[in-house]
Amino acid sequence: MSSSPPFRVAVTLALAAALVFLTVPVLAIFVDTSPSQLLSSLGDPAARDALRLSVVTTVSALVIIVAVGTPAAYALASRDFRGKSVVTTLIELPLVLPPAVAGIALLAALGPRGVLGSALEDLGISLVLQTAGVVVALVFVSAPFYLRQAQAAFAAVDPAVVHASRTLGVGEAATFARVLIPSARSGLVAGAALAWARALGEFGATLMFAGSFRGITQTVPLAIYDRFSEDFPAALALSAVLVCVSAALLLSVKLVTDRGVVGLAAR
Amino acid sequence: MLHADVRTRVGRIELDVELDVGRGRCLALAGPSGAGKSTVLRIIAGIVRPERGRVSCDGQVWLDTAAGVNLAPERRSCGYVFQDYALFAHLNAWQNVAYSLRSLPRHERRRRAEELLARFGLAHLCEARPATLSGGERQRVAVARALARRPSVLLLDEPLSALDARTRASAQRELATVLRETGVPALLVTHDFAEAATLGDEVAVIDDGQLLQRGIPAELAATPASAFVADFIGAVVLRGFARAGAEGMTVVELEGGGSIASTDAAAGPVAASVFPWDIVIEPPGADGVSSARNRLPAQVQTVTTIGGRVRLGLGAAQPLVAEVTEAAVSELGLAPGVPVVATWKAAATRLLAG
Repeated sequence: MSSSPPFRVAVTLALAAALVFLTVPVLAIFVDTSPSQLLSSLGDPAARDALRLSVVTTVSALVIIVAVGTPAAYALASRDFRGKSVVTTLIELPLVLPPAVAGIALLAALGPRGVLGSALEDLGISLVLQTAGVVVALVFVSAPFYLRQAQAAFAAVDPAVVHASRTLGVGEAATFARVLIPSARSGLVAGAALAWARALGEFGATLMFAGSFRGITQTVPLAIYDRFSEDFPAALALSAVLVCVSAALLLSVKLVTDRGVVGLAAR
Repeated sequence: MLHADVRTRVGRIELDVELDVGRGRCLALAGPSGAGKSTVLRIIAGIVRPERGRVSCDGQVWLDTAAGVNLAPERRSCGYVFQDYALFAHLNAWQNVAYSLRSLPRHERRRRAEELLARFGLAHLCEARPATLSGGERQRVAVARALARRPSVLLLDEPLSALDARTRASAQRELATVLRETGVPALLVTHDFAEAATLGDEVAVIDDGQLLQRGIPAELAATPASAFVADFIGAVVLRGFARAGAEGMTVVELEGGGSIASTDAAAGPVAASVFPWDIVIEPPGADGVSSARNRLPAQVQTVTTIGGRVRLGLGAAQPLVAEVTEAAVSELGLAPGVPVVATWKAAATRLLAG
């Protein structure tokens, strides 16, 4: 099959335009940041606090998402029930919510005068302006990424291997651990990495729900915003760190999923 | 001894099957796809719950809908060989086989798995992942895995259908040996009557959810209970109208013209069946060469060689299939388009209710 030369040129130009537009801003961060600036900005205690907080909150959020999301995604993938598409849509809704709306929604639900917030308050739990509030915001915005991927991964597992496990004397829960999770592994890892990347970059919902207090709720994206008016180079340096971590995550997702595809092709 | 008596609706068919299989016996459940064969296996294994039924094995009740008993699959002792083998892709061959041996210490599990794999000639592939194995090797790993925890019943769902023709013959011989040696009741599902006849001590023909006939393969071949069974087991089926003829024979006027005789008694609309290997081909105009009473003029349409035998597709008022030797083909110059006469004995003609 051959395509006409003008069409080929047009396609190539479109790709070039997309590539330039998407990569130049990212590269500019590194052009404007000298390695020494990068290192010195990491020496800044406030920046280190932000990095530490980002690691702690995103890892906590990820643990919660994986622990609850894995069985939940399996329930969605393996069962047929009335209103399943409604449930799926509701779960995926945070994907399309603007971050500011997500922040307002969390305040309305879990804030001091929120639907559930007062009940939490009675129990002595306060989330607003707390590190725990950051984790809640991160779980809210990034869990759908994991749930979607995990549901698709479980749905793709051949039901016969589950039946095989059961007839081999292994119960439902043990089959989930020994067959379903390993079979869906590459999809689960990809989903977790996407959720983690989304959580690392989370800004709007965190700012509205948890605020931006150094060492308590100020994660890296918030610290970048905090600096950008007064200390642009420092903001650039922190951005460079975030780009590196996110790129590493994206790369690992590609590696894992590509291996999954190769494994399927060999079968 | 395995006993199952189940009734349930699956999709469009009404499944109603009662069967029992003794220790060391293999019952082959044979029928076209969609007949409900696999569902029977799934019900016995506990993967599918029927509307009504009872399944028991060696006196232990696995399912009794009337008494509210329904054991989970893991609590029934079934060795199940799935149609596409359903091996665990993330485990290598010995880990697949050892999967059910959780209660044993690791080195013991591995020893047992290797022993089983060695018995199937796969000792060198213990560490191989399923994706790197050939179809025949996967099938043997699946059988070894099903046998590992010494099940009380062996269930095999089309165990040979995923194999290419060349592997199938050797896999079939191997499986026959395994079935003889295990000493547990085995229930095998296949859509191929020849496979059922080779692997099963008995064959039960199933269609549309109903068992039509059960017996040893030779019995089914000699006296098929219905036109469906005759057709399924590979006989030529000709439709016509029967009436009493001379010398105690029955004459069948065939649809589309011609008539044949049978030693069976029948009247009214019938299906006459004859096996392809009972049909002898003669050149036209050689009347009286053989003593065969039934003679139908036909034209050779296809000539297919299968393992030393030649199947001839014959065009006549109703299509015929004859099986002849290669010698006969060259002697009579059989090729598509050649006119012949298909002849067979009245005694080889079964008459079945149409």
